[in-house]
Amino acid sequence: MNAIPGRIAPAPLLSVEGLTKWYGHVLGCRDVAFDLRPGEVLGIVGESGSGKTTLLNCISGKLTPTSGEVRFDTRRFGLTDIYGLSEPDRRRMQREEWGFVHQNPRDGLRMRVSGGANVAEPLMNLGARHYGEMRQSTIDWLDRVELDTRRIDDKPRNFSGGMQQRIQVARNLIHGPRLVFMDEPTGGLDVSVQARLLDLLRELVRDLGLAVIIVTHDMAVARLMADRLMVMKGGEVVETGLTDQVLDDPQHPYTQLLVSSVLQI
Amino acid sequence: MTDKPLIIVEDLAKTFVLHNAESATIPVFQDLTLQVAAGECVVLAGESGVGKSTLMRSIFGNYLPTQGAVKVWHDGAYVDITQANPHEVLEVRRRTLGYVSQFLRVIPRVPTLQLVMEPLLENGVPFEEARDRAAELLSALRLPQAHWDLPPATFSGGEQQRVNIARSFIRKYPVLLLDEPTASLDAENRAIVVRLIKEALAEGAAMIGIFHDLDVRDAVASRLFEVSQFKAAA
Ligand SMILES: Nc1ncnc2c1ncn2[C@@H]1O[C@H](COP(=O)(O)OP(=O)(O)O)[C@@H](O)[C@H]1O
Ligand SMILES: Nc1ncnc2c1ncn2[C@@H]1O[C@H](COP(=O)(O)OP(=O)(O)O)[C@@H](O)[C@H]1O
Ligand SMILES: [Mg+2]
Ligand SMILES: [Mg+2]
Repeated sequence: MNAIPGRIAPAPLLSVEGLTKWYGHVLGCRDVAFDLRPGEVLGIVGESGSGKTTLLNCISGKLTPTSGEVRFDTRRFGLTDIYGLSEPDRRRMQREEWGFVHQNPRDGLRMRVSGGANVAEPLMNLGARHYGEMRQSTIDWLDRVELDTRRIDDKPRNFSGGMQQRIQVARNLIHGPRLVFMDEPTGGLDVSVQARLLDLLRELVRDLGLAVIIVTHDMAVARLMADRLMVMKGGEVVETGLTDQVLDDPQHPYTQLLVSSVLQI
Repeated sequence: MTDKPLIIVEDLAKTFVLHNAESATIPVFQDLTLQVAAGECVVLAGESGVGKSTLMRSIFGNYLPTQGAVKVWHDGAYVDITQANPHEVLEVRRRTLGYVSQFLRVIPRVPTLQLVMEPLLENGVPFEEARDRAAELLSALRLPQAHWDLPPATFSGGEQQRVNIARSFIRKYPVLLLDEPTASLDAENRAIVVRLIKEALAEGAAMIGIFHDLDVRDAVASRLFEVSQFKAAA
């Protein structure tokens, strides 16, 4: 990675403009725009149904927006509209340069292969062939997310929901992505595991310049993880700014309500 | 070093609008002007609720002023914190502008030594050097070595406060804001913090402080600044 630690490079890694998604007559999200730099963590908060998942799916190439652009600084083509890429090129870019952690681990895991194989698969997809190295890397990552490495050959269904989530996180970080999308990643986790994951992510952000877009309803997670917040309501971004400013001096009525409704952040 | 002020606050106003309380407005200050030079420590004075913390947080970019400018000398130029993009503010905070509050807010389970090294690691300082400087500072603040490998969650208020102080002083910020950093410290530990503050001032830092211990205030203040002079009309 070529990010300079402690400095955010000026060029955007991701640039989103006028992003709108309609499901027929139902609004998913409307006219969203922002830039993201390497090493930056953007938090998306808002009540259920406010369009967070729709937005994340549109940005990450999973759901074609009704209008608007998502440009990513791809290794192969530079800053490119991801929906302008051919399907195979887009899929390859997603595999090589991104990670996506689903809210429900079952959506992000292959339930028929072992936990270890789930974690190793992205390396195989990128052409790794050395079995010993892949196994070692898998063990390292299981360890980093605090899973018992002796259970490497167990199937996901034999793990608890929180453990499945950790497998999914490891699977989405092992290949060294430049950008990771996370949809409520810590929802089903014990607080202690949640803390470990947040620390791990901050470390990757700091040392490798990883960029993260994280959807969360947990304001404490937002405060500790995100540099910047976008607050969504009814499909629109109603407020955006530096995380601590949005949480400590919210300007929009909805954000004020959101912040004043949590116990202590 | 420069002889320009490191902080220039110009015609600053702050009014809170509480939309969910029938849009109640809380005017705090207006037309507030203040400059702080290198080596100077301006202590904010005035009774509780007058707006001392609000002013400090507005300078840090934590509160959004209603009007005016906050210029901080960063990398040979002024950055107006009230107008800068989030990533610019973060960059200023990473290398120039520090803020110590009374409360320690960190990711749980992270050991104390690592928490104190963190700001240096973020700035690209090598691991060993970061560790040595963190150890040095924690020793100076007399935090028992047995605590270093523990997360601070179970520490006493005074111990947590010293971890907080260590996390800020380790970066040697040219501009430092101190909001009652010594509130839960005993006299001996306050004296240590006073020494750290004086060392930083001698090296040319510009500071704004809020202290309610008179001994600390008298030891570090270059001058007092009465926030009530700029009281906004209700
Ligand atoms: N596949 C879909 N078909 C129709 N409407 C949908 C679909 N997915 C989401 N929506 C609607 O779009 C809006 C935003 O939903 P979503 O993005 O899931 O919000 P969030 O993630 O913030 O809970 C909601 O009104 C939801 O009912
Ligand atoms: N985040 C906030 N939202 C709304 N009102 C606030 C906020 N922070 C401070 N205030 C109000 O601003 C005024 C000044 O408070 P503060 O700056 O904390 O005073 P001091 O630090 O001098 O005791 C008080 O009336 C306080 O209630
Ligand atoms: Mg959702
Ligand atoms: Mg105060």
